[in-house]
Amino acid sequence: MKQDNHGKNHKYGMVIDLDKCTGCGSCMVACMSENNVPFKEDETRKKDSITWMRVYKLTNGKPFPETEICYMPRPCMHCGGKGDHGHSPCVSVCPAVATDYDHSTGIVSQIYTRCFGCRYCMGACPYHVRYFNWWDPKWPEGMENYLSPDVSPRMRGVVEKCSFCFHRYQQAKDRAYVEEREEIEEQEYQTACTQACPAGAITFGDLNNPDHAVHQMVKPDPHACGKPRNPKAFRLLERLETNPKVYYISERDWVRKAGDNYLEGEWEKVKNNHDKGHE
Amino acid sequence: NWPWTPVPPAGEATYDNTVCSLCPGNCGIMVRKIDGRPVKIEGRSDYPVNAGGVCLHGISAIQYLYDPSRIKAPLKRENDTFVEITWDEALDMVAERLTEIRASGSADKIACVTDQTKGTIPGLFARFLKATGSNNVYAMDTMEKTWEITLEKIHGGRSSAGFDLENSDFVLSFGAGLIEGWGSPVKNFKINSSRKERGSTLVQVEPRLSNTAANADVWIAAKPGTEADLALGIAGVIIKESLFNSAFVTASGKGFQELAAVLGKNYSPEAVAQTTGVKAAKIIEIARDFARSSAPIAIAGRGRGMSAGSVREFSAVHLLNCIVGNINTKGGVWTLAAQDYEKWPAVEMDDLATAAFEQAPLDSAGSMAGLFTNAGKEKNIEALLIHQANPCFALGDAGSVTEAVKKIPFVVSFSSVMDETTQEADVILPGHMLLERLEDRPSGAGVAQRVTGLSRPVIEPLFNTKNPGDTLLELARKMEGTIGASFPWESYEECLEAVTGDLWAELSDQGYAAETATPPGGGVKVDFSFIVKSQAPVEMEGEAKDFPLVLVPVDNVRISAGSLISSPFAIKTVSDNVLKGKDLLVEINPETARANKLSHGDLAVIETPKGKATVRVNLFEGIMPGVVAMAKGLGHVLDNNKYVGGKGVNINELMGPIVDPVSGLDAAWGIRARLSRA
Repeated sequence: MKQDNHGKNHKYGMVIDLDKCTGCGSCMVACMSENNVPFKEDETRKKDSITWMRVYKLTNGKPFPETEICYMPRPCMHCGGKGDHGHSPCVSVCPAVATDYDHSTGIVSQIYTRCFGCRYCMGACPYHVRYFNWWDPKWPEGMENYLSPDVSPRMRGVVEKCSFCFHRYQQAKDRAYVEEREEIEEQEYQTACTQACPAGAITFGDLNNPDHAVHQMVKPDPHACGKPRNPKAFRLLERLETNPKVYYISERDWVRKAGDNYLEGEWEKVKNNHDKGHE
Repeated sequence: NWPWTPVPPAGEATYDNTVCSLCPGNCGIMVRKIDGRPVKIEGRSDYPVNAGGVCLHGISAIQYLYDPSRIKAPLKRENDTFVEITWDEALDMVAERLTEIRASGSADKIACVTDQTKGTIPGLFARFLKATGSNNVYAMDTMEKTWEITLEKIHGGRSSAGFDLENSDFVLSFGAGLIEGWGSPVKNFKINSSRKERGSTLVQVEPRLSNTAANADVWIAAKPGTEADLALGIAGVIIKESLFNSAFVTASGKGFQELAAVLGKNYSPEAVAQTTGVKAAKIIEIARDFARSSAPIAIAGRGRGMSAGSVREFSAVHLLNCIVGNINTKGGVWTLAAQDYEKWPAVEMDDLATAAFEQAPLDSAGSMAGLFTNAGKEKNIEALLIHQANPCFALGDAGSVTEAVKKIPFVVSFSSVMDETTQEADVILPGHMLLERLEDRPSGAGVAQRVTGLSRPVIEPLFNTKNPGDTLLELARKMEGTIGASFPWESYEECLEAVTGDLWAELSDQGYAAETATPPGGGVKVDFSFIVKSQAPVEMEGEAKDFPLVLVPVDNVRISAGSLISSPFAIKTVSDNVLKGKDLLVEINPETARANKLSHGDLAVIETPKGKATVRVNLFEGIMPGVVAMAKGLGHVLDNNKYVGGKGVNINELMGPIVDPVSGLDAAWGIRARLSRA
């Protein structure tokens, strides 16, 4: 079986402009509302607060008044794994095929009915995008009326994470099928966070398609597993070769540097070296 | 599937358009429904205000709708509890009591507080009060009111401020949280986002690195409360270096020479550097950049703009717009005439009403803060009607306001949630929520292009509630006589259609009516002498020797702080550096922490002349040493909503109102404080 992302396969990905993001939190709530993410009385213990999309606040660490901050929205990175062959960190360790890599879209799935809660995937994920349901979800009486039938609510004992709103892809495909079209248009499949973002900081589309905005923004290098050729773009923990499909853009040097843990002096060597692929 | 997790029923998906009424921004939203059941809120991409974007509170309206802690039927107070009654009983109670008060000659002691004054629902409240004989209708003291007063003092005539930020190439913001919900929040997010492409510069003056300051091109950390001085200093440089628009100033200005002399004498860059802590060279640089831009705007109104601020500060800021002549021009500040689409027939008033209406209002400045400061003093409020306002939480010195409200013999709330003020009501006539409710939404919030939206029901009411418009019509009918006769409409819908007149067709057809964004024509006069006259800064309460720190309220975009209470979704997004468990964290510089022997996460007591509270400490490099920042909008009580209630502290219990000498509105922007380990 041919398993690569070239040819007709899609590679859905996201580009987040960190200079536009204002940290308003719309993406987080749009995601919760779209994907039936529950809430509980105390959501301030962030390790068990389920947020498929989470906005982190970064600072440059400098004292007043040289301080700068930057907000960084973090969905699932939908890693392609080493060589971009679909061996994402989480997929590689799942003993139940509850999380899998879809080569036709590049999306990492999560199948709740297969998951038995071993949480290996959580340990393997370097981005902390996965959350475990320690409790059954409970909605206050009447509020379950706002739940969407497109996404099943999760039960206790399973892991969940961002799906790039995969149900929206399925709906778009269904619509195209009914209308006897082979392909779906860029605007037909957009994630809930992309749609909601009031700052227009999130762009979503097919990284394999040169007509799509995401492709044009980061100029992914096909010979280096999609590494960005735009020098202002970067991926988180690039050196792990997880090959995330979420790219960030910033004009600010310190923000791009925050995308990885560099040794002293190392950043200066790599920062302008974006056109080189993996060794 | 698992039998203990809900299985949301499937069905046909449809979308309904409406307009969000949760804040003055009035975004166009679409409601996704499954078999008629609303499940999700998204932004309407063809809407002129928000063009597809939507804020987290708007999305959360879905939670407000189904919230089981809503008030589900009319209630009356019996001792310390509320008892359910029928609408007929409830309306009879209110009608009888108001009729009694009128008969005793105290109609002028009936007061009403609402979220805003524009639109037909607030219009019906004002009309109802006028027909009974009271001119006591109050809305929250906001930056919009202060801008109106500032424009009136400087230009003469009544107008409201519109800021053409989309076309400005240099925005100098004195603490306005342009991406923290200032004005029309989503519109301003969009404007900010396109700033780089438009080549527009944003300079943010604020003692703390807010999101707006972090996103701005330049952040100027001036000492809190010295914004007016900084503005005057910048104006002084522009005048001294002859960078001002002399044609405009000569043609339209009065008292410019005196002003120039005062600025030259008292507001040299060096003197202003002393007051504000901003370097003289920086003041000169900003002044030059501002004056040399083609369409510069200076704006005031801190945070979301939901507090009034001082007229001295606003007029000093507006002076900058005046001297560069950027008034009523593209990319400038516009003096917009009042929106006048509402065509009301004359109110019928009997002798009682006419006599009582002549009486002086309970607060001469029309300040809601003033209303409750005066209550319980010489002028007692006999009855209070509350619509979409929560003064017992949202006004400064909330504890005293609550005491004042408790003393009012008859309180009627039209709220749909049991907020702090409704808790004190004698009768509750619960209203529909957004998504159940019909209402016109005129624009405000400092936008240049006016868009009137129509919020309409997308679902039958879930509970036994009414549109407040209908409630008032029924109440008026029960009061009979001229009051009943002043409300000739069968239903609120009929009233809305009649009152909006020519606009109705467009409103009901496309859901909004947008004016084209053109600057108001005609010249504008500038009275510079007013700025010379208003010199006394609004000082903070408290003595520096007892309270060495300065506490400032912060608008956090993810926390709702006015009459709207945050949703469970919104609270979930709040950082654990703002709220941890049930504790609120105050933000201080590590230097302040060292001086007060505190570390990150420590429990501490914050004390002000108004009160004290236990909080935790969050260390943040981006705040000026000596300043303590505290989020607004936390600390709601809400016994039956544990997802939102009982979390954090309400900053309004630590801060009091300060009456502005010019406007009479609450100009408090901070208070002196001390912080010690708990």
